[in-house]
Amino acid sequence: MSDAAPILSTLNWRGIAGRALTALVGLGFLYLVWGLYLLGEPLFAVIAFAVGALGVSFFWSAKFYKLRFVYPGIAAVFLFILLPVFYTSAIGFTNFGARNLLSLERVQAYHLSLTETDAGSKRPFGLVIEGEAFRIYLPESGDKPALLTDAIAGTATTAEPHSGEAPETLPVKTAIQNRAMLSELTITTPDGDLTMAGLRDFAASRPAFTLGDNGALTATDGTVMVPDHDVGLYVNEAGETVAPGWRVGVGFDNFTKVLTAEGIRDPIFKVFIWTVVFAFSSMVLTFSFGLGLAVILEWRHMAFKNFYRVMLILPYAVPSFISILVFRGLFNQNFGEINLILSTLFGLSPDWFTSPVLAKVMLLIVNTWLGYPYMMLLAAGFLQAVPRDLYKAAALEGSGGLRNFFSITLPQILPPFVPLLIANFAFNFNNVVLILLLTRGGPDMPGTLVTVGSTDLLGSFTFRLAFQNSGQDFGMASAISTLIFIVTGLIAYLNFKAMQNYANKKGSGHNG
Amino acid sequence: MVEDKKSLLWRKLLAHGFMIGFIVVIMFPFLMVLSISFREGNFSTGSLFPEHPTLEHWQLALGIPYERANGVIVEPPFPVMLWLWNSIKIGLIASAGILLLSTTSAYAFARMKFRGRGAMLDTLLIIQMFPAALTVIAIYAIFDALGQVVPFLAIDNHPALILTYLSAITLHIWTIKGYFESIDPAIDKAAQIDGATPWQAFRYIFLPISLPILAIIFVLAFIFLVNEYPVASVLLRQTDKMTLAVGARQYLYEQKYLWGDFAAAAILSGLPITVLFLASQKFLISGLSDGGVKG
Repeated sequence: MSDAAPILSTLNWRGIAGRALTALVGLGFLYLVWGLYLLGEPLFAVIAFAVGALGVSFFWSAKFYKLRFVYPGIAAVFLFILLPVFYTSAIGFTNFGARNLLSLERVQAYHLSLTETDAGSKRPFGLVIEGEAFRIYLPESGDKPALLTDAIAGTATTAEPHSGEAPETLPVKTAIQNRAMLSELTITTPDGDLTMAGLRDFAASRPAFTLGDNGALTATDGTVMVPDHDVGLYVNEAGETVAPGWRVGVGFDNFTKVLTAEGIRDPIFKVFIWTVVFAFSSMVLTFSFGLGLAVILEWRHMAFKNFYRVMLILPYAVPSFISILVFRGLFNQNFGEINLILSTLFGLSPDWFTSPVLAKVMLLIVNTWLGYPYMMLLAAGFLQAVPRDLYKAAALEGSGGLRNFFSITLPQILPPFVPLLIANFAFNFNNVVLILLLTRGGPDMPGTLVTVGSTDLLGSFTFRLAFQNSGQDFGMASAISTLIFIVTGLIAYLNFKAMQNYANKKGSGHNG
Repeated sequence: MVEDKKSLLWRKLLAHGFMIGFIVVIMFPFLMVLSISFREGNFSTGSLFPEHPTLEHWQLALGIPYERANGVIVEPPFPVMLWLWNSIKIGLIASAGILLLSTTSAYAFARMKFRGRGAMLDTLLIIQMFPAALTVIAIYAIFDALGQVVPFLAIDNHPALILTYLSAITLHIWTIKGYFESIDPAIDKAAQIDGATPWQAFRYIFLPISLPILAIIFVLAFIFLVNEYPVASVLLRQTDKMTLAVGARQYLYEQKYLWGDFAAAAILSGLPITVLFLASQKFLISGLSDGGVKG
């Protein structure tokens, strides 16, 4: 942050230092842009350039003085929230995944780096010991003369023609014992380099493929693999695809698969229903418990309010990842304390982690435990704002506690609560951490093409599809993410409208 | 009247009975974990008060090898203290960054007129709902590329995570902006007349006045970051780089179930954060009702 005053003539040493720092940051960005470009990431290079250029010009020119205050924050939000959202959506239109991870250039480079043994150059060898060091003797074979290497040290050695009597070679056993050393070794001979091709032979190796026109790869036996740019894989003459593949655009394929393919569509639809049910039930449960407790705490005849409040806040104060893992242990079917108590008292031993219904019940119990204190705190705040006169008037009319609650308290606090309830719904709609730490989505649904758990939320299902299951299908995961973004965006917009509504009704401009 | 007093007494008893019953249920996990952390072994079940209390799990959680009575030496399974340190370090640095970025932005939004101001504010409010867990593929790709150019920002390096966390300013900007708007504009007018630049007004007037709300934001940001799991789990892969939220999960795998060790580690590492929260809860509550959802 530079202290430069808006008037340039007042440039002092602090202003100069600010300029120097800005220039330095600019140079850093140029280095980054260049590096990203060389790496083959032109998109990231352009974005880095734009972010850097805007930043430098805002901090350089006094004309943009105001924007200096906002720019770093907005840039962080753009780079690490907005850009990832759009980039994820873009990945949804590709086949990016474990099988199609690289770029075409890197796939070609991989195939071209493969080598195979040239059978014609194969020649037997024997180990010769001389003092402490080994030498390798390659006896005469065909028209090639006998060769003997220098004493072996390291991974390369040179062989010279050897005339006269063959040296005494050690048994194959020794070659086996020194296999590691031999397999690393390259022998330079007058006919080219040889490497180990078995326990008895050394041979020359050659590239398995040569690059032809249009990226075609010709194998040493004359067969040709051609790149198929629709699937991002090489296809050999037998019509089989050869891994690894590269990323290609696949249009709406991932989206069509998610919305129509048998074995994917139905489980995802079930996951969606459960996600909505989970988010809604969590909202209702935490709200009811939170509000109920807050009302009791607000009751004027209540004693020990502060003690109760602190105790009730405790689940909110403990880091949630710890509480969730604690519940994972307590609910354990075999040695968890909850089943221990249930079986002693009632002879019950519910299978919390293998029954889909019980697993869902467990999630709601845990999430209510985690979430009610927040609602209680909010409700306590809003209850303070309910005008006391209303209750006094009601008391004169002879209204009872329950009636007061439903005809005064609830109608008074619900409007300001609505945006927060919607936000809570959105939060639980994407409550990935709870699922990942407590059930990891399990128990799995039977008979699905991709691994789907019956307690999976859309978000946790997607996260596991991308990072935890064997498939690592980034493309499909991103397509589902995009759908979730759309739903979340709708909820967010709804929430935004609700807040505006409330603000307008109150007559104070919340939306600045 | 006598009738009424009696019914009031009953209602009081009912309310206290309900509260105490509820709190007992709520406290059950905490008491169990405390008991388990003193129990022998990692699988055994037992009563609330362990028959043979042992400090084994506590010693292991502190990173000290434990020697059992039969001479077997147990090595700590995970570097819990290192994880806690990582969490605290990342949390403090990123929270400071968040505070810096959100106060300066909030100041501009509250006191300056510039193009795109309203649109930016509305956008901030909407995108704060987008789940970070679903953008991790892209975040991973970004840092995979950045790390190859600048090793400092590579995957498995803490600066990458801290930089990502700086984006968690959306709600805080709104909260602080609300606070700044409640400050009397006459104060900036006076500063302006005395020749102060907007930066000086911000630095020497607004910041000192707003210290209480800034403390709240700092604590809220810190607690949120220490709890953050999805992004950290993707960007931090090596055991000694992990934060507590990522590492703690490793205790309870089916193949390797370290219930007792986990209990001690959980209390040891959860306690500082819990105490911090409870100590500041009175101030936090006002901040909460202005903001949105924790997490």
